[in-house]
Amino acid sequence: MSRFTLLAWQVGVAAALLAIWHVGSSVSIFGFYFMPKFFFSTPADVLGRVWKMFATGVVWRHLWITLTETALAFVIGSVAGAGIGFWFARKPKLAAIFDPFLKAANSLPRVVLAPIFMLWFGLGIWSKVALGVTLVFFIVFFNVYQGLRETSPVVLANARMLGMNDRQLMRHVYWPSTLTWVFSSLHASVGFALVGAVVGEYLGAAAGLGYLIHEAEGVFDVTGVFAGMIVLALFVIAIDWAVTSIENRLLVWRPQPHQQS
Amino acid sequence: MPQTNAPAVSLERVTVAFGAGATRYVAVEAADLSVTPGEFVAIVGPTGCGKSTLLNIVAGLLKPAAGRARVQGADVAGVMAPCGYLFQQDALMPWKTARDNVAVALEPKGVVRAEALTRAQDWLAKVGLAAFGDRYPHQLSGGQRKRVALAQMLIRDPQILLMDEPFGPLDAQTRALMGDLLLDLWSADRKAVLFVTHDLEEAIALADRVVVMSAGPAARIVAQHTIDLPRPREINEIRLDPKFHAIQRAIWNDLREEVLKTYQAQAGGAA
Repeated sequence: MSRFTLLAWQVGVAAALLAIWHVGSSVSIFGFYFMPKFFFSTPADVLGRVWKMFATGVVWRHLWITLTETALAFVIGSVAGAGIGFWFARKPKLAAIFDPFLKAANSLPRVVLAPIFMLWFGLGIWSKVALGVTLVFFIVFFNVYQGLRETSPVVLANARMLGMNDRQLMRHVYWPSTLTWVFSSLHASVGFALVGAVVGEYLGAAAGLGYLIHEAEGVFDVTGVFAGMIVLALFVIAIDWAVTSIENRLLVWRPQPHQQS
Repeated sequence: MPQTNAPAVSLERVTVAFGAGATRYVAVEAADLSVTPGEFVAIVGPTGCGKSTLLNIVAGLLKPAAGRARVQGADVAGVMAPCGYLFQQDALMPWKTARDNVAVALEPKGVVRAEALTRAQDWLAKVGLAAFGDRYPHQLSGGQRKRVALAQMLIRDPQILLMDEPFGPLDAQTRALMGDLLLDLWSADRKAVLFVTHDLEEAIALADRVVVMSAGPAARIVAQHTIDLPRPREINEIRLDPKFHAIQRAIWNDLREEVLKTYQAQAGGAA
């Protein structure tokens, strides 16, 4: 399928979904709407609301807050996860001691921590950051820990035969291979940082995309809920695009299996 | 201090064992071997006979259970500066370009980066990869990766080259080309070489002396043959030499019995 036909199909699917939504919510069939406006709003209203949010500029502040929380959660969670993952990979005894605790902490649904974080850190951004960190940390931690333990023993032995000391091994073997595993979990960890931020905002906040959606829901403003979801989706696509371009730049050395087909 | 008249490598009654008690497995038993400076020695033997183990003893990657291993007259203690090692598997750092992989080998020697990169480029040219310096290992073929690994080993100017079936994973044609390249580079400034292979033809074509090891466990060195074929050699040419065949027959007589022993042990184990 050529690029153009693929795009045409994708636009077609979007148009069809919007058409179904439009007909269902605004055209009466035997005096009956199968997607009542009260529950589904209408595509025109929702897109109009999204447009208004950007036109009046109210949305920027919320986007900025959510972006800040996501970025902070990602950075703090990644640094902590990579650091501790690295440390444990080099100290197997330590890892064995902490193993059950880490597994227990990781199996806990993180949403239940939100109220605690709210108490500890207040309604501002830090309770959301904390929630995101608990999600990001484990993804990066397990990736780095597993990845480092699987560092090729041959590459390591070769580097030692080249006469490298511990510091040089760290710089040329351990560190690049740690970074590799951090980057390989980049998409997942950025995604989870965002989930932490939005869920935190949804549960109690004064700003952010999650707050916008929650507020609209509170007054049965279905148009507002859908508009918030669309803004959130656009935001996620933009972040994902940025992550992909960063990844492509940083991991040029990695074989790309999908290129071969 | 290394003694100039000492053998490049000397093994005296070296025994290698893994585990302890009932599960103790003796890989190599009382091996005596000496390599003089500038000599190319190949070790052949059946699969799993401990050829690589012996090499790792010299490299300082393993410790012998008994006996004494010396490099240039000094007892082996850990990884020794005069040794270079070429692995059978891919050992390049996948996150570095070919040039960086070669240049990084000079860092432990304290060479500044700019100079290291210039010298790395020279070495890439010597192994026929001058135009491939910016490629990452996954963008190179198996043979090209071996060439980079060879440059990475040789740029440090090690006095003793240890090679563990380095061309094993390559196809026959590439193997012959790599063998020629190795002989070419080696003849420029003859280093001592200890070359492990299971391919008798390769061993004869490359080496001054072929050492035959017995089947494991508790493998021993059972025979040594001097290869007095003229140098410089070209691998695909020397294979046709009648003298080559005479040597091959003589060594195969020693080796066949050991290969059969291994084969029978494995067949017995499987039954």
